[in-house]
Amino acid sequence: MGDNTSPLLRLENVCKSYHKNLVLENISFTVNRGETVTLIGPNGAGKSTLMKISLGILEASSGEVHRDKSISIGYMPQKVMIDEVLPLSVRDFLYLRPKTSYDDVAKALETVRLTRLADQPVQSASGGEMQRILLARAILGKPDLLVLDEPVQGIDIMGQQEIYGLIAKIRDETGCGVLMISHDLHLVMASTNQVLCLNRHICCSGSPEFVQRNPEYHAMMGRPMEGMAIYTHNHGLEHDHEYHHGHDHD
Amino acid sequence: MIDEFIVNALIAGVLVAAIAGPLGCFMVWRKMAYFGDTISHSALMGVALGIAFDSENPIIMIATCSAVAIMLLFLQRDRRFSSDTLLGILAHGTLSIGMIVISMMDHFRTDMMYYLVGDILAISERNIYTIAGVVGITAVCLFFIWRDLLSLTVHEDLAHTEGVKVSRIKIIYMLLIAFLVAVALKVIGVLLITALMIIPAAAARTISKTPLQMIMFSSIGGIAAVISGIAASSQWDVPTGPAIVLCATLLFLIGRFNIFKKA
Repeated sequence: MGDNTSPLLRLENVCKSYHKNLVLENISFTVNRGETVTLIGPNGAGKSTLMKISLGILEASSGEVHRDKSISIGYMPQKVMIDEVLPLSVRDFLYLRPKTSYDDVAKALETVRLTRLADQPVQSASGGEMQRILLARAILGKPDLLVLDEPVQGIDIMGQQEIYGLIAKIRDETGCGVLMISHDLHLVMASTNQVLCLNRHICCSGSPEFVQRNPEYHAMMGRPMEGMAIYTHNHGLEHDHEYHHGHDHD
Repeated sequence: MIDEFIVNALIAGVLVAAIAGPLGCFMVWRKMAYFGDTISHSALMGVALGIAFDSENPIIMIATCSAVAIMLLFLQRDRRFSSDTLLGILAHGTLSIGMIVISMMDHFRTDMMYYLVGDILAISERNIYTIAGVVGITAVCLFFIWRDLLSLTVHEDLAHTEGVKVSRIKIIYMLLIAFLVAVALKVIGVLLITALMIIPAAAARTISKTPLQMIMFSSIGGIAAVISGIAASSQWDVPTGPAIVLCATLLFLIGRFNIFKKA
């Protein structure tokens, strides 16, 4: 565990280019303990690339990435396809995480409420179950920083709420920092401290409420403001929920 | 009373099969069966170089196979060419070098068939020591890396984030294959060594529930194929390498179609 007050992750003026093509430009942000930072942006905005740079999977072309070397990281990649040729149960998939015991695995499965799947082949899990299995793998080893690439991909709206709730609960209980990618600002509003709107560069950032009112955000997502009203109406129920838990970050 | 050359063949074959299966499991999981072919084709270049230097030292073979494996890793950095294209280039490039070098040596006339399907009945005691050494080292290395290797086989980025030294483990694994192919050439030949890695692994898949089971069963299946192959070969006087591969194939078919499964 590193110093409790220093940021878990800090990026400074990070740029990334592929074949002279600039895909990320001057990105700076920090993730602190107990805080959730959400990346939001259209397809091809460079969200996953930024995440991989943050994790050290990819090198930045310029700029600096400060990641406390002593911290443990839980990563949830976007898509994990495991070929049928590998006989692997859900339990053994989780057990692949270094320095884990089967006890830890059982607890993590309980946290995501998938104990019943433990002995099943990991390939038999549905899309939503797989996301929860990946979340379980990420929280094994008690991470200081959770990095989640679209944690609710392929999950229905009820399931999405549940996953985001679970992530917030884990964060509040363990005090870890969270960096995640999401498509949907509304669903993550309740549990996010800071939103970064990314479209190759950071268009706008701040508290979710601030970003939601920011025209840059609507321009980036390519949705007119009034379109949002219809959208909000559809999920009116979830909004009650959000306001109760709303973090004010300004 | 069993002849000494049969005993030598059995020992060498069992040693190679014991480790070829486990290495083959990862080959099957990582979908890189063609990698085994490439390394074994390049082994023929190693044979040619050995003849050119007039040396039977296994180091020449091991060095050639390892060099090709490392060359592949280097070429893979250019994303414009997929791995199977690069493997094809290396396999046939090295194979051609080997055949040209062999053809240039006038004093040397041998049957290429020995290198293609192996010459297990000509295994000497010294060959066995070399094979035992390489197999032992490979088994120890594999024991230490297998969990990391499995983790990166499932998902490289996830493994990397969890602290697995991905590139290092991959290089070690490729070198282990190169080492094994180099010493197994005389046992089973260029054309068939991949079979001894892939087929027992595939057969093991039909009855395994965990990765470790599959590794164990592939080893046992490989050994069974070698023993029955050598027995069949001496019984009916058929070439040994193909007999071994055929036995492994039978094992796979038995597993695949559940032939012994109770109703």
